[in-house]
Amino acid sequence: MTTLSNRAGLVDRVVAGVTGRAPHAEGFGHLVQGDRVAAALYTDPALYQEELQKIWYRTWVWVAHESQLRKAGDFVTSHVADQPVIVSRDRKGNLNVLVNRCRHRGASVCETPRGNGNGFTCPYHAWSYGLDGKLRGIPYPEGYEDVTDKKDLPLQRLQVASYHGMVFASFNADVEPLEEFLGGARLWIDRFMKQGAGFPVMIQGEHRFRFQGNWKIQLENTTDGYHFPIVHRSWMSSVDAETASMLSFMTDELAVTHALGNGHSAAVMVPEHVDLDDDDGTEQVQARFEHVVQVLSRDFEPAKVRRIMRSMHGAGFNLNLFPNVACSMSFFRVLRPIGPTETEIRHCALGMEGGPDIVNRERLRIHEHFQGPFGFGTPDDSEAWDRVQRGAVGGTDLPILVNRGLAREQVADNGDKVSHVTDETGMREAYRKWQELMSA
Amino acid sequence: MTALDSLGPLTADGSHLFDGRVAAAIELVWREATLLDAPDYETWDGLFTADARYVIPIDPTATDFEASLNMVYDDERMRRMRVERLVGGFSMSAVSAARTVRTLSRFVVREQTEDELELTSAQVLVGHKRERTFVLGADVTHRIRFVDGRPAIALKVVRLVNSDESVSASGFLL
Repeated sequence: MTTLSNRAGLVDRVVAGVTGRAPHAEGFGHLVQGDRVAAALYTDPALYQEELQKIWYRTWVWVAHESQLRKAGDFVTSHVADQPVIVSRDRKGNLNVLVNRCRHRGASVCETPRGNGNGFTCPYHAWSYGLDGKLRGIPYPEGYEDVTDKKDLPLQRLQVASYHGMVFASFNADVEPLEEFLGGARLWIDRFMKQGAGFPVMIQGEHRFRFQGNWKIQLENTTDGYHFPIVHRSWMSSVDAETASMLSFMTDELAVTHALGNGHSAAVMVPEHVDLDDDDGTEQVQARFEHVVQVLSRDFEPAKVRRIMRSMHGAGFNLNLFPNVACSMSFFRVLRPIGPTETEIRHCALGMEGGPDIVNRERLRIHEHFQGPFGFGTPDDSEAWDRVQRGAVGGTDLPILVNRGLAREQVADNGDKVSHVTDETGMREAYRKWQELMSA
Repeated sequence: MTALDSLGPLTADGSHLFDGRVAAAIELVWREATLLDAPDYETWDGLFTADARYVIPIDPTATDFEASLNMVYDDERMRRMRVERLVGGFSMSAVSAARTVRTLSRFVVREQTEDELELTSAQVLVGHKRERTFVLGADVTHRIRFVDGRPAIALKVVRLVNSDESVSASGFLL
C-alpha cells in the first residue's frame, strides 16, 4: 500500500535498513495521484537525483534561442540541469550542443557566456576543439602516439533540434523527434511568435535570479492564474488602468487553460491576443503608447502600425513547456534546477529583430517593470515560492493540492483538457508527465 | 569637465576631498545610505532632482541604459511608483524584506562642473533574511547637482559585481 507523504527519503532508508530492500524499490511515480502530489517532490534529495536521470537527461530541454546564434561562429553557454553545455553554430550553419568539458582532464573549455569564435581551447593543456566539437589539436602530440586518436575524443554531443527558433537538446540518443514531443504545443508556439509582427523574435536581454525552492514550484507558477491578483496586487496598482483591465481575467469565461499533452499547457490571460493576426477592429491602442504610434506612423502604414502595437505586450497567454521553458506573454522563462531546494530562473526579454527601436525600447521598459530581482512582480513571486519550500517540510503526510477546477474541466474536440485559467489543469498535466517519466 | 583616468589625487582638480562641495556630496551619499537601510523610502525619494535617473544595469559595460535591459531604469514616475509599492503594504516581498546594512567608501571625484559633481564609490551591503546572511558588492556612481547650494542626486548608477549572473530578489533597494 502506498500513501501520499513526504516519506520517500527517510522512510525508505529505514525500510532498507529493516528489510534489506534497495531504497526506493517502488520508485517515486506513486507520489503523484492525479489531483494531489506528495510534498516529497519538493524536498527529497534522492527523488531529485532520480529526476535528473529520468527527466532531465531523457527528454528535450530548452538551451538557447536562434536569435543568439545567427552567424557561423556564434555561441552561448547554457545548461541541461546541472551539466554545462555550449550551443554553437558551425561553419556549415549547423547547431551543435556540446558538453562544456575537455575530454582530457575535465576542465570547462568555455567560460564566456556568449560570443563568436573559431572554436574552444581548454585553458589547462590547450586541447582545441572546433565549433562542431571535433578535437582539432593536442599540443606536444608525441606523448599520445599509439595511445590516443583525436577522432575518438570530440566534446560530448547532445541531440539538438529547434522549432520556431527555440533550440532544444537531449542527452538521450533515442529521444523522440522534437516536433512529436512538442505535439499540441506547436500551435501555441506558432501563435506566440506572431508577436514579432512580421519581424523575427529576438532575445533583447535577460534577468537572472535564484530562489530557495524546488524547480517544480516554478514550473507550476507559469500556469497558475489563481495567484496573479493576490501576489501581484502591488504591480497591478502601479500600471495604467488599460493594462490592469487587460489582465483582469479572474472572472473572464474566455480565459482558459488548455492541457496539451506531454506535460505542456497554455494558460490564456488575454483571449483577444491569443492569435495576434485575428483583429476585429474593436480594440483601442493603449493611450500611453500614443507617442509610439506617432513615430511608427512615419514609416509604416496604419494597418502595420496597429499590428505592431497589438503585439506590444506579447501574446495573450503563457505556454508552459515541460520541463524547463515557458513562452510567457512577452518573454521566455527558463528554469534550471541547482539542487532539490534551489532553482535558477532566467527571464529573457523579447523584441523584434530589425524592428523599430522605439518599440523594442518600450518592450524593455515593460519587462523591467514586472521582471527581475528589482521588478514589481518577480520579488513577490520569489517570496511566494520560498514560502512554499519552507512550509512544505511541515506536515509530512499532507499532500500538495492541484485539484482546483477538477469538476469543471472539459475535453475539447481536439482532445485538450480545458478549464478556467485560474484552475490547476496545467499543473495536473505537468505532473502527469512527471509521473510517466519517473515510472519508466 | 576633467576626467580622472588613473589613480592619483582623489579629485580631478587636485583640491582636497573634503572641501565644501565634495564634503556635501559625500554627506548626501551617506545620508541616502542611511535612509535606504532604515528604510525610509519616501524621504529617500526626495533626494533626487526632477529629471534624475536611478539605474541598476545588468551589462557591466552598459552606458546607453535606455537601449539596454536593466534591473532598474527609473525616471521620477517609476521611482515614485516603486516607493509606493514598497511602502504600500501589498507587496509580500517588501513586507518581509531583508534587513540591510550598507557602507559606501572609496570615494573618487570623477568630474566637476559649475553645478555638478560626479562621485564614484564602493558599496558593500550585508543583508539578512530568514537564517541567511548575504553580501552584495557594487561600484556606485552619483552625479550630484547643486541647486542654490543644496545637493541633489541627478543620476545614480549601481553596478553590482554580479550583475550579469544571478541576483536574488530580496525586497529592498540598492
